Amino acid sequence: MAQDQAIFQHTIAVLVDNEAGVLARVIGLFSGRGYNIESLTVAETDHDEGLSRITIVTSGTSMVIEQIKAQLERLVPVHRVQDLTTDGPCVERELALVKVSGTGDARVESLRLGDAFRARVIDTTTDSFTFEITGASSKIDAFVALMGPLGLVDVSRTGIAAIKRGAESL
Amino acid sequence: MSSQGMLEGADIILKALVDQGVDTIFGYPGGAVLPLYDALFKQNKIRHVLVRHEQGAVHAAEGYARSTGKPGVVLVTSGPGATNAITGLVDALMDSIPIVCLTGQVPTHLIGTDAFQEADTIGITRAATKHNYLVRDVEDLGRTIHEAFYVATSGRPGPVVIDLPKNIQVEEGPYTGSPKLKHKSYRPQIKGDLDQIRAAVDMIANAKRPVFYTGGGIINSGPAASQLLREFVRMTGFPITSTLMGLGCYPASDKQWLGMLGMHGTYEANLAMHECDVMINIGARFDDRITGRLDAFSPNSKKIHVDIDRANINKCVHVDIPIVGDAGHVLEDMIKVWKSNVHQPNKDALADWWAKIDEWRDRDCLGYKQEGDEIMPQYLLERLQDLTKDKDRYITTEVGQHQMWAAQYLGFEAPNRWMTSGGLGTMGYGLPAAVGVQMAHPESLVVDISGDASAMMNIQEFSTAVQFNLPIKVFILNNSYMGMVRQWQDITYDGRYAHTYSEALPDFVKLAEAMGGVGLRMEKPGDVDKVIKEMIKNNKPTIVDCRVAVLENCFPMVPSGAAHNEMILGPEDVETDREDDPTLV
Ligand SMILES: Cc1ncc(C[n+]2csc(CCOP(=O)(O)OP(=O)(O)O)c2C)c(N)n1
Repeated sequence: MAQDQAIFQHTIAVLVDNEAGVLARVIGLFSGRGYNIESLTVAETDHDEGLSRITIVTSGTSMVIEQIKAQLERLVPVHRVQDLTTDGPCVERELALVKVSGTGDARVESLRLGDAFRARVIDTTTDSFTFEITGASSKIDAFVALMGPLGLVDVSRTGIAAIKRGAESL
Repeated sequence: MSSQGMLEGADIILKALVDQGVDTIFGYPGGAVLPLYDALFKQNKIRHVLVRHEQGAVHAAEGYARSTGKPGVVLVTSGPGATNAITGLVDALMDSIPIVCLTGQVPTHLIGTDAFQEADTIGITRAATKHNYLVRDVEDLGRTIHEAFYVATSGRPGPVVIDLPKNIQVEEGPYTGSPKLKHKSYRPQIKGDLDQIRAAVDMIANAKRPVFYTGGGIINSGPAASQLLREFVRMTGFPITSTLMGLGCYPASDKQWLGMLGMHGTYEANLAMHECDVMINIGARFDDRITGRLDAFSPNSKKIHVDIDRANINKCVHVDIPIVGDAGHVLEDMIKVWKSNVHQPNKDALADWWAKIDEWRDRDCLGYKQEGDEIMPQYLLERLQDLTKDKDRYITTEVGQHQMWAAQYLGFEAPNRWMTSGGLGTMGYGLPAAVGVQMAHPESLVVDISGDASAMMNIQEFSTAVQFNLPIKVFILNNSYMGMVRQWQDITYDGRYAHTYSEALPDFVKLAEAMGGVGLRMEKPGDVDKVIKEMIKNNKPTIVDCRVAVLENCFPMVPSGAAHNEMILGPEDVETDREDDPTLV
């Protein structure tokens, strides 16, 4: 019983027709049936075929995760659903733009930490930096936390993009 | 005039409908569909049935669809026309009925401006349909309509909305697509996995206390599936029950039939489910009205589940052998495997199982006493059954006690003869559904089993029946209460009847007459046969006001939150202070 009730996080890739309303359909499914969305990214990935790829991070019991996948599959514009968490190893990345504002020691320290995290400065003024940082979400969380006391003013995160390791495609 | 090879949008729409074999549409006009109505006016291939409320149009189309196996077609205007249709769409979604609903929309350049009678129909119907389309380019029109029919009818059927801006209806374009057109990627799984089917047949052959639990999926698969089911059930000699939605997939007069299961199912059907060792679910979805308390549902059985919708598998109940596929195709393969393996059921075990079932049957859970001056609703329906069973008969219902009594006391021998709102439980379904059924079967006897409260929900459609000379019979079990809700108040609210008395009911006989139909009334048991016969003979839309016992409740009952073996068999078992558990439906 306890095993059945354990909650796991899953990353799910969904290949859909890039048509009007398709994202609303997917989101409506999650809100209508009470599933969580922890991260969501979407963009067209195949212009000629008119396909978009949605990457969703969600969590639930194994029965709920199975439901989520089955419910996604039955949407008419959905071509394929892949559970990247169970279908073998995958790589996950997120990108964030992080703006800090300040002068003096804090400013120097933010630059030093940015270096350590391999963040790039993509915009600067005399009293601000905007970093671009890529990595696992946990790395971004850590970086954002460190920037907090150093004058953090704004964060924009993309949500997770994920892909299966190896030669196979979705 | 149209230029070479080009048609106006409205003509493309009608041509596509005709090419799809549509002969009847149910609709209601308005500004945003005027071009389409003008095109309808100029042709004679499609009959248009003018309803009195758009909800009625969808239910009528559902009745048409369920009694013919063909998709039902609806046409309504933008804004209020579309929003009025929502209940019907959700009803069709819950009960898997193929509907194509055309909605008018404001012209494309006005979308988003809060134009007169603009509603975000696509947004509003997204969760009310299987799929929906907004046509923004006349070139997509024909193809979209054909695709909509494909989506509505394939896999698990359901309602599809096509939103049609007014300018698209008048712009010229080529006729694209054909009835053969499929969706570019949507391909529901029809054939079941053969290894799973073999494993299921093995399990079936070794069963000692089996039961077939069947549902609407068999009806939706088409009459052949019911035929195959009969064959397989007879080969195995197993008992069979069905959900409210599946009535008619197996003949009610057959000795292997246990009656309906679930909240108001028979004692024998529910106990067979509770005590079985192998459950064979074909085309049903473990709905809460069927399972009762989930953690006590059929605790010792292995379960096989055949469903065309993978999302139904392991949704509520964990199963041992899931098979995704169409009921008819899977049954065909099951029979093949059964025959080729020369399987024989376990005769001795089955004999013991049937002996046990016969003991449950002996409880006579549907027994009642007709005595005194009041017409007992059970008696009334039993007489209706007797006097109509040999006729070419279709039954629709509203929602409430009368619906459950109809399911218990009317017997269905064939599929597509029973139309009721199961999933959504929509009061007001039955009268317009009867209109749709009678349109498809003008010579048949079509009876809407109704209650006094439900009758008032879509009574305006009686005018539709009068206009189109549809001799539907609205058979009202008039107990002057919202009986089913009152029954729950009896069981869990200590008989405090909050707002469930039907005050100020109309005189239904006069109402029928005022609307241009015939009104009949019965008040005493002695009237029953005479009035039913008069109703059958009568070739006009008819309302029958049957004054039945006022406080009678519907049993057996598995109260919400109880297990199958905790059934209430009659009023003597009712504890009036049962808790209404707000965590349950
Ligand atoms: C549209 C709608 N509103 C409310 C309900 C809740 N409801 C279920 S049964 C019922 C009472 C039905 O009364 P009646 O039609 O007189 O039938 P009876 O139960 O008395 O046979 C109500 C209000 C419903 N099912 N549908």
